[in-house]
Amino acid sequence: MTRATVEKIALPILGVVLVVALWYLACLVFKMPSSVLPTPLEVGQQIVARADLLWSEGLVTLAETVYGFLLALVLGIPIAILITSSRIINQMFYPLLVALQSVPKVALAPILLVWLGTGLESKLAIAWLVAFFPIIVDTIAGLRSTPKELLELAHSLQASRTQIFMKIQFPAALPFVITGAKVAVTLAVIGAVIGEFIGSSDGLGFLLLSAMSQINTPLAFAALFALSLLGIGVYLAVVLIEKLLAPWLPVAPPSH
Amino acid sequence: MPPFGVVQNARKVFPASALGWRATEPLVALDDASFTFEQGEFVSLLGPSGCGKTTLLRIVAGLIPRTSGTVTIAGREVTGPYGDYGFVFQSPSLMPWRNVLDNVLFPMEVLKQRTKKAVTRANELLELVGLDGFARSRPHQLSGGMQQRVALCRALIHEPKLLLMDEPFGALDELTRLEMNDLLLKIRAETQASVLFVTHSISEAVYLADKVLVFSRRPARISIEIPVSLPAPRTQHSRFSPEFTAAEKKACEALGVLTAPASVKEQAA
Repeated sequence: MTRATVEKIALPILGVVLVVALWYLACLVFKMPSSVLPTPLEVGQQIVARADLLWSEGLVTLAETVYGFLLALVLGIPIAILITSSRIINQMFYPLLVALQSVPKVALAPILLVWLGTGLESKLAIAWLVAFFPIIVDTIAGLRSTPKELLELAHSLQASRTQIFMKIQFPAALPFVITGAKVAVTLAVIGAVIGEFIGSSDGLGFLLLSAMSQINTPLAFAALFALSLLGIGVYLAVVLIEKLLAPWLPVAPPSH
Repeated sequence: MPPFGVVQNARKVFPASALGWRATEPLVALDDASFTFEQGEFVSLLGPSGCGKTTLLRIVAGLIPRTSGTVTIAGREVTGPYGDYGFVFQSPSLMPWRNVLDNVLFPMEVLKQRTKKAVTRANELLELVGLDGFARSRPHQLSGGMQQRVALCRALIHEPKLLLMDEPFGALDELTRLEMNDLLLKIRAETQASVLFVTHSISEAVYLADKVLVFSRRPARISIEIPVSLPAPRTQHSRFSPEFTAAEKKACEALGVLTAPASVKEQAA
């Protein structure tokens, strides 16, 4: 291993160790009660002791996130295609879409809860709602930024609309779609947790809330830790899919 | 028999736009261009930037409609894109999601002719431009000059009778450009295609062409047609022949370059 790769691995680990050490130190110095700020050790013990619980609740939140995200993809991409391919649909619905984007989606959670109940559906709907807009907006941006020369090349060969879409427009838009998906998947986690906060009987968000209501702060921290892992996990999954779908992409993704 | 390509009184006016932030006047991008070229002839379109030579090239390609005039290629009037030409842009414009070979084969896919024979031809072309061994590379792994060579292969893969080139080497450094010029002469000798070559480099225009059309400033007109006869074969030595210098001088005169010092004197006076 070169010095650079050693540093690339070692330095972030060192950073984490340092922050955890500071946290520990703060607990000791200020004699924090564990109900306010548990020590890293207590949190670690909780993570180990309640691993089964964290795992099963985590799976619930994961399902809400993934289903919501996938639904956002499945609906967002075709709607973006429709908007960019038809001038009439674009003029009818694009302003509405931009307006809807500014609605604080989280504020809709209580309404969705009434409509869809406290089961998986309402959480999925909130996760979908927050994930939907970045995907549709980025896909539209991608479909609209096809290089002019490639379109001219296709026209010069008298390519059909289907050929232009399949062979040029969509692949050219793919990096944008993936950028949108990266933002969307992290938002979907937030959406799922908000849904659980507002009305649920399972999931990590629910676990966090009920732990705090019993002033079991170490367990709440453990749930928080699991949530972070979940967030990183789904993000990395999207990055992995990017590497599989778009291996030509150089290091720098399109700017958001 | 009429010439292979006939452009007669081609004119392009971009209409005034009433919409947008400010209204614009109608823009005469090309004013009354007429010329002919034969099968296998190399024609350079030389002129200052933004003088409408690119517009003319796209009109010949059928990519933009002309306001008036006629364009006939191989006996057929151009009313839209017709496929029987290769187009090379100023930027390589390769598809980053395709490897070099698949980029070259793109036209064959669109034409639904991606056969074994086409793949063989693509590999031959890559060899011709010195890119054998790069068929599986991605465009971003290649230098600018190499990318433009791939674009050249892509324009030639369906064996067009006409090659339309829009300042293809404008973005390359001088040495790469000289190299690409020789490569283009080699390709042209092999394919016997007619070439319309837009450039704003005087020496490049003269070095490559059988005939240089010099454009005036906007609205663009063809101010002079300069036939170029250099001793064959053309090599970089040709640049120092009297014929080359004479053609360059004519082009400079037509572009008003040689009268510039006089006008500077006038301003000083």
